[in-house]
Amino acid sequence: MPLNAVLEVEDNILATLDTFLRGLLEHGVVEYLLVPQATLAGDNVVQTLVHDMSRLQAVNPVAPVLPVNSAKLVSKLTVKGAPRPVGVVLRTCELRALVELVKLQQASLENVTVIVVDCLGTYEVADYAALVAAGCDPTAELLAQVRDGDLHPHGGYSFRAACQMCEYPVPDVADVHGPDIHLGLLGMDGRVLVTVRDDLAEPLGLTPTAIPEGRKTVVEELIRRRAAERDRRFAEFRSRVNDVEGLLAQFSTCIRCHNCMVACPICYCKECIARTTTFDHEPRQYFEWAERKGVVRMPVDTLMFHLTRLNHMATSCVGCGMCTSACPNDIPVSTIFRAVGEKVQAIFDYVPGRSLEEELPLATFREDELTELGEK
Amino acid sequence: MSEFEPRIVAFLCNWCTYTGADLAGTSRIQYPPNVRIIRLMCSGGLDPIYVTKALLEGADGVLIGGCHPGDCHYQSGNYKARRRVAILKSILEQLGFDPDRVWLRWISASEGQYFAETVTEMVAALKEKGPNPMRNLWGM
Repeated sequence: MPLNAVLEVEDNILATLDTFLRGLLEHGVVEYLLVPQATLAGDNVVQTLVHDMSRLQAVNPVAPVLPVNSAKLVSKLTVKGAPRPVGVVLRTCELRALVELVKLQQASLENVTVIVVDCLGTYEVADYAALVAAGCDPTAELLAQVRDGDLHPHGGYSFRAACQMCEYPVPDVADVHGPDIHLGLLGMDGRVLVTVRDDLAEPLGLTPTAIPEGRKTVVEELIRRRAAERDRRFAEFRSRVNDVEGLLAQFSTCIRCHNCMVACPICYCKECIARTTTFDHEPRQYFEWAERKGVVRMPVDTLMFHLTRLNHMATSCVGCGMCTSACPNDIPVSTIFRAVGEKVQAIFDYVPGRSLEEELPLATFREDELTELGEK
Repeated sequence: MSEFEPRIVAFLCNWCTYTGADLAGTSRIQYPPNVRIIRLMCSGGLDPIYVTKALLEGADGVLIGGCHPGDCHYQSGNYKARRRVAILKSILEQLGFDPDRVWLRWISASEGQYFAETVTEMVAALKEKGPNPMRNLWGM
């Protein structure tokens, strides 16, 4: 059973989080910590793997910027099993992607302590850098809004589309695999909620407390607004794409750079079919196509690439939106994949990131399901 | 103008449906010549990429044939194929394609007659639908 406690905030929330995370190394709960820190230039916040506590100099697990879905980084650290106890500080979308990668056998939670901090939303990397360059402190701006949970971006800027429609600002909800440690900020009375695996309470010196009133309402209201935004965007997508012409229009500006695939935490295949020679064609093949159809788009197979990616990973799409952020031409890849993924996942009553026990839909089957398929 | 003749790409498993098609042939059962057959070892080995490729290139229909549930030569390949086809059809439908251009049928090695009937039925259904709109689109 997870256990709740609260941390008093003396200076500011960021300093409290810093002290708590430092404590994990100090108390020997972990020997290494994967934790976001501001870069020297200060215009980005990136994950760092820290062993030497004195190198925790610019810890910021709530900065509204997400350069990489860290599930990919945890995969790099743990694909063969973490050699030493490591703590990984993640957002909920990163935890959910990590759960999928564990089930895809690309990461392991053995020796890993997962720490999730409430997510306040993220800007595109370039927007975050621009805000910092303009002398703004994007983290402080949002921390000032956590109490009432009415999170809004800096004037003239917007959060990433995926964040605007994210129903998982917090990990302590039914559809998310529980982290080992959760640091809650939303709806708190100026303090920080800590929810830990019960065996961690003692080494961390935490005294069990009830969750302060008010948090639940604030979190529920935020999730409600996000879900409404999600439904609005899904409906808008569905009205745009109701025939193949609509679909072609969606991907009209695609240059098939594969950035969406590279940024996707779920697309782990070392030998992706889109990158092998399988669909390299003989020169005469192009001429034959042109002859038969009169015209072919070059390079070929752009739409096939997206359809294939959907077939391969829509069941595990966590909607982190890294694909949209990576697209040089602003194609709303994530909205498309999430909207399509939602219905595909529903076939199997599967929620990516929910549980380590639920088998991946593509890795299992039931004899008594989908029986109308294959019959006349 | 001559009547529209649908083109069907069929992915058939080696052990059941392909052998069933072979039986249709050796038994001299007539069926429309609109189907281009590709033999696979198992329906469970069919990556949806090949089905989408066929549809995007303008095939009017795709037929996927496997062993009856419980009869898979590899125990469970057809059950896995069934899930993939369910996912594929959902994706196609959501993106404005006609999912009914993709047929999954369980046809055993002894069902030559059923194979011929299936192709006949599919050709009729596709004639009803008309050509795949992707035939004349090039933006994919």
